[in-house]
Amino acid sequence: MISRNLTNRYVIAKIFHGFCFTVAWSGVLILGVLLFHVTQEGIQWLDLQFLSDFPSRFPAKAGIHSALIGTLWLISLTALFSVPIGIGAGLYLEEFTKKNRIRQFVDLNISNLAGVPSIVYGMLGLVIFVRWFELNQSVLAGSLTMSLLILPVIIISTREALRAVPNTIRQAAFALGATRWQTIYAHVLPAAFPGILTGIILALSRAIGETAPLIMIGALTYVAFVPDGPMDDFTALPIQIFNWASRPQQQFHELAAAGILVLLIVLLLMNSIAVFIRHRLEKKSR
Amino acid sequence: MKNSFISTTLDKNNIFGQGNSKKWREEIIKFSLFLCATLSVLTTFAIVWVLISEARIFFQHVPAFDFLFGTKWTPLLEPRSFGVVPLVCGTLIIVFGTSLIALPVGLATAIYLSEYSTSRLRSILKPVLEVLAGIPTVVYGYFALTFITPLLRELFDEVQIFNAASASIVVGIMVLPMVASLCDDTLRAVPVSLRQGAYAVGATKCEVILGVVVPSSLSGIMASFLLAISRAIGETMAVTLAAGASPNMTIDPFVAIQTMTAYIVQVSLGDTPQGGVAYQTIFAVSALLFVITLSMNIFSGRLLKRFREVYE
Repeated sequence: MISRNLTNRYVIAKIFHGFCFTVAWSGVLILGVLLFHVTQEGIQWLDLQFLSDFPSRFPAKAGIHSALIGTLWLISLTALFSVPIGIGAGLYLEEFTKKNRIRQFVDLNISNLAGVPSIVYGMLGLVIFVRWFELNQSVLAGSLTMSLLILPVIIISTREALRAVPNTIRQAAFALGATRWQTIYAHVLPAAFPGILTGIILALSRAIGETAPLIMIGALTYVAFVPDGPMDDFTALPIQIFNWASRPQQQFHELAAAGILVLLIVLLLMNSIAVFIRHRLEKKSR
Repeated sequence: MKNSFISTTLDKNNIFGQGNSKKWREEIIKFSLFLCATLSVLTTFAIVWVLISEARIFFQHVPAFDFLFGTKWTPLLEPRSFGVVPLVCGTLIIVFGTSLIALPVGLATAIYLSEYSTSRLRSILKPVLEVLAGIPTVVYGYFALTFITPLLRELFDEVQIFNAASASIVVGIMVLPMVASLCDDTLRAVPVSLRQGAYAVGATKCEVILGVVVPSSLSGIMASFLLAISRAIGETMAVTLAAGASPNMTIDPFVAIQTMTAYIVQVSLGDTPQGGVAYQTIFAVSALLFVITLSMNIFSGRLLKRFREVYE
């Protein structure tokens, strides 16, 4: 198979290197094209009026006020439910259990849950939260569904962060007579916190962009009011974008692009806050 | 003297007392954390239960055989027909197109990252891939509809506005970062000694990679491919926006199709009355979707475990 001609073999090696190089950096190109296209289409619509207007049949009057506020509600409630439970579950699995059959089962279970398509979580939310608990199409139903969706992500990243904390820290605390919880609360958690935080932000960014589960639980596409409480109907940014993008008119496509720009800016802000906090915490702990 | 003796015993009691309440607190905390962990197992059971109980209503009206092997899918129009094969075909076209893009490109990116790039270039490329992975799927759907499709229409004749090719391309871009990062991890887990051995017998870098490194991490690479395919199957918004809503049995990538997920979205956005057989179809379709993705994920996990057993 391998040719005897050494020069040929070197040429092939060079070509292969070039191929991998080109393909790998084409990711950057794709990202650039995508961002450029969205900005080019949407930037002309992006102004304060766009942020403060409600959706409308007339493109010139349409805005994302209700969608933006709806997304804020959704994410705050989702964080409220999923963060404590996710960290708690991660702590239990990593710090309180031994490696046995049951934990293996739970591990497999969590990694499989992370692979379940988001639309299936939507079905779950539709039957359990919307119909059983009679929460209807409320923000609460949406955020409970989202919480279930991102819990595996938070649990997995929490556990990875906890695993990265050196055992000597735990042993030192135990040696001084601290109980397990004291050890965790005062030493392990602070050391793992930057990692946990990154996981949480990643999970919440995923929740911000998720559309399918919200459509399944029946979040509305045309909402001309802002939710006052967790039981109110709502719409969210990705749903608004989907609605605009699925209309045939060019102007609505441009509105969708403007909505995408807002969505990407929100995501960028969240991630830079995470990077900033992480940077500071890591500096502190050193 | 007596007093001090009493006080020390009291102190001791106090210590024991504190010890007990501490123990209680520990137990309560441990139990509440246990409850958090149980929730994830409960979620799995809830998903399975919801899908089974709702799909059962559907299968009381439509035989499972007709559903799985019927080739006509018109559940919303008379005469109704509940053969899921066209939807599965639609999903398979997307899977095929996605694999064509994401698997080779993902693997080549991973090879570049783990074998060729310097750590500085790596620290630029990795975040870019993470950003690509973090872009919401509805954005990819928009990109397919307003950029890829017009591009395809310029390049080829007879491309419909909604088509499988455009959706496959964006789903490919979407799962590419996952393939790249998982393959990168497995390639890096291959011991350096194997590479050194190959270099020692005079192999070029390309030969080392393709002849030694990739084959020895094949199970890990396969695992990542399976995960990528499973994600392409479950992907919803991009295919809903770009691939259309007409359940066709075709292999032409330039015509409109409908995937399983896109059908579910179509029904829940439409005004199909809840509770009827037409509405229950979405539970039957999601049950099928769940079974397919779950078995692929489990199989992929097995492969990865085997890979780890070899090298770790």
